[in-house]
Amino acid sequence: MHMPSEKIVPSSDLYAISSSTVRTPDESPRPVRVTARDVSVFYGAKQALFDVSIDIPEKAVTAFIGPSGCGKSTFLRCLNRMNDTIEDCRVNGRIELDGQNIYDAALDVVELRARVGMVFQKPNPFPKSIYENVAYGPRIHGLAKNKAELDAIVEASLHKASLWSEVKDRLNEPGTGLSGGQQQRLCIARAIAVSPEVILMDEPCSALDPIATAKIEELIDELKQNFTIVIVTHSMQQAARVSQRTAFFHLGNLVEEGPTDMIFTSPGEKRTQDYITGRFG
Amino acid sequence: MAETLVPQPASDGSAERLARIRAGLSARHSRERRFRFYGIAAIAAALGFVAILFTMILYKGLPAFTQATLEVEVFFDPEVISVDPMPVQQQGQSQAEFRRAMTDWQRQATMVNWNRIVEAAVRNAAPGTEADSRQLLSIVETNARFELRDRFVADPGILGSTARVKMLASANADNWLKGNINRDLPDAQQQLAAPARELADRLYENGHIRFAFASHIFTNVDSRSAPASAGLAGAFVGSLYMMLVVIVLAVPIGVMSAVYLEEFAPKNRLTDLIEVNINNLAAVPSIVFGLLGAAVFINYFRLPLSAPLVGGLVLTLMTLPTVIIATRSALRAVPPSLRQAALGLGASKTQTVFHHVLPVTYPGILTATIIGVAQALGETAPLLLIGMNAFVAQIPGTPLDQSSALPVQIYLWQGNENRNFFEARTSAAIIVLLGLMLTLNAIAIFLRSRLERRK
Ligand SMILES: Nc1ncnc2c1ncn2[C@@H]1O[C@H](COP(=O)(O)OP(=O)(O)OP(=O)(O)O)[C@@H](O)[C@H]1O
Ligand SMILES: [Mg+2]
Repeated sequence: MHMPSEKIVPSSDLYAISSSTVRTPDESPRPVRVTARDVSVFYGAKQALFDVSIDIPEKAVTAFIGPSGCGKSTFLRCLNRMNDTIEDCRVNGRIELDGQNIYDAALDVVELRARVGMVFQKPNPFPKSIYENVAYGPRIHGLAKNKAELDAIVEASLHKASLWSEVKDRLNEPGTGLSGGQQQRLCIARAIAVSPEVILMDEPCSALDPIATAKIEELIDELKQNFTIVIVTHSMQQAARVSQRTAFFHLGNLVEEGPTDMIFTSPGEKRTQDYITGRFG
Repeated sequence: MAETLVPQPASDGSAERLARIRAGLSARHSRERRFRFYGIAAIAAALGFVAILFTMILYKGLPAFTQATLEVEVFFDPEVISVDPMPVQQQGQSQAEFRRAMTDWQRQATMVNWNRIVEAAVRNAAPGTEADSRQLLSIVETNARFELRDRFVADPGILGSTARVKMLASANADNWLKGNINRDLPDAQQQLAAPARELADRLYENGHIRFAFASHIFTNVDSRSAPASAGLAGAFVGSLYMMLVVIVLAVPIGVMSAVYLEEFAPKNRLTDLIEVNINNLAAVPSIVFGLLGAAVFINYFRLPLSAPLVGGLVLTLMTLPTVIIATRSALRAVPPSLRQAALGLGASKTQTVFHHVLPVTYPGILTATIIGVAQALGETAPLLLIGMNAFVAQIPGTPLDQSSALPVQIYLWQGNENRNFFEARTSAAIIVLLGLMLTLNAIAIFLRSRLERRK
């Protein structure tokens, strides 16, 4: 099952979900979308992240792995400034989206979050109808000129989230009435309805059963053709299945980062080796 | 510590472990039974008290909703009612002149000795009564004459004819017929003279006096001179105005303060201080709010005394802390994931709060508001301090007119000297007040279930 690693494999159908083996590292020269330099995060006096630097490539899936409490979510939240909402959380360092510092005072955080969407660990649809859930983002950002356009966005987003066939007859029913997996796909549809450039996903499958998980993974695989995706996961298999690059965090440090295949087959650090072989974490 | 239980493979010592668990079981179960019994006993006691309270109030108050009512043939005797014909607007007569003529005519109609008409009618219904004219009139409510006058003014053509007229019996006659007063008491202690008592009994027996539904309780205002016809309408409308003022002011101000404090305000010394003070405000005795209202709204802002607007303002002050505290705890109960979902989509702070967080709290805010308003409606003490215990003999047309309020009316009737008539009246007023509260609560439950279904 091990694939030869010398060939560039840009097409997504070679990353079939059924394969649980480590895949070819994607070495195609992709433009970098997000760069982080020396990012440190403090919760009050406690430092949770130490000088993290990483480049996140466009239209690929980057996975963050690492033991619980190592700062994966913390770093992910830095990328769309969700940390701003946490009291006494302080971020040092520089994070750029397309070369623009996202912590710049001139940058509007509302605009940033329209460009960097987020999907959370627990599905959190709004307690409104399925339609309203998806339509909300485009509506507040004024992306649709009229109802017809909005309808089109909603339908397209639900299609992209492979949820359309399941909900097309019940768009006015509450989003909270869906199953857990459907809710999570609804949250993904909601996120992609505003056409963000980057989508952050914090353990999007941890509340789901294997079948729902497989569906979401399949979806992520498709989404990467249009979106830059960063995913936090606890499942090594998941990281291997869906990501092109993997970053391993430990105790607030970014230990190492590289093409997924390399991280899983020949990690440069002993700690990475120990973690992916299940010796700790 | 040799006896500490450590998890062991089931084979060895499992029998001993089971025995230990079982030894404790019966004690655990009986503790549970005991607790459940205490719980049921507490609820039963609470329900018992409520049941006793309601039974007492209904038992005392319900009779007040029927009242002794006289129905007699009244002859509009032209000899007694000697009034010029009603003026008709002449050609060339100005509007003002005509109105003056009309007023003169109405004054004439008022000057008629209507009591003679009443007396004749009652005497006619009970031929051969020994009651003299004062005694006879003592069983008829004093405002009967005004009713006859109004009837005549409305239709002067009635002169010389006979009409069947209903009029209330006096409070004393009502007492006597209802048995509210001991019939064996000597004459000196009776409210009615002996011939009047005999007359009342006669009229009751021959069907001229009947107990009829006392609709005037709901349509009339309070009355000192004619207690039997006293009603709640003024106080009721006054209470409604105050409720309106409280809802219009306390809900937006309270909800906005709570939203600001909970969602936007920085957490620092100042906001802590404000929070503590709001909580303290909720515990301030209501009479203090009354003093404050008298000092600020009446003395400083020169708002009128006894006005529902001022009452509403005072009650708003009282209700605000309730609404703020309830709204804040409702906001706090909203899961953070909802806020994150909205913020993560790029909603601004304000959009997050108003589109997502606040709507979830509507049922909670609604319940708190209704409870706050119901509490405010039942409040008496602060209203006494801003003059709402004044005797007001008309239904307030605007919130700036003088008025009473339901609880104050209860207080006033409770203090009325005609005890055996007003005791029932007081309970009747309590029933009306409780009815209003229950209606409010029913509305709250209805709205709440509708809001919750919409989600
Ligand atoms: N809101 C917060 N306030 C204070 N400390 C926090 C907060 N959130 C996270 N931390 C701390 O920061 C460190 C990193 O947390 P983070 O949530 O980023 O870990 P994680 O890698 O996502 O863990 P998990 O895999 O369990 O989700 C932890 O030590 C955690 O206790
Ligand atoms: Mg996490």
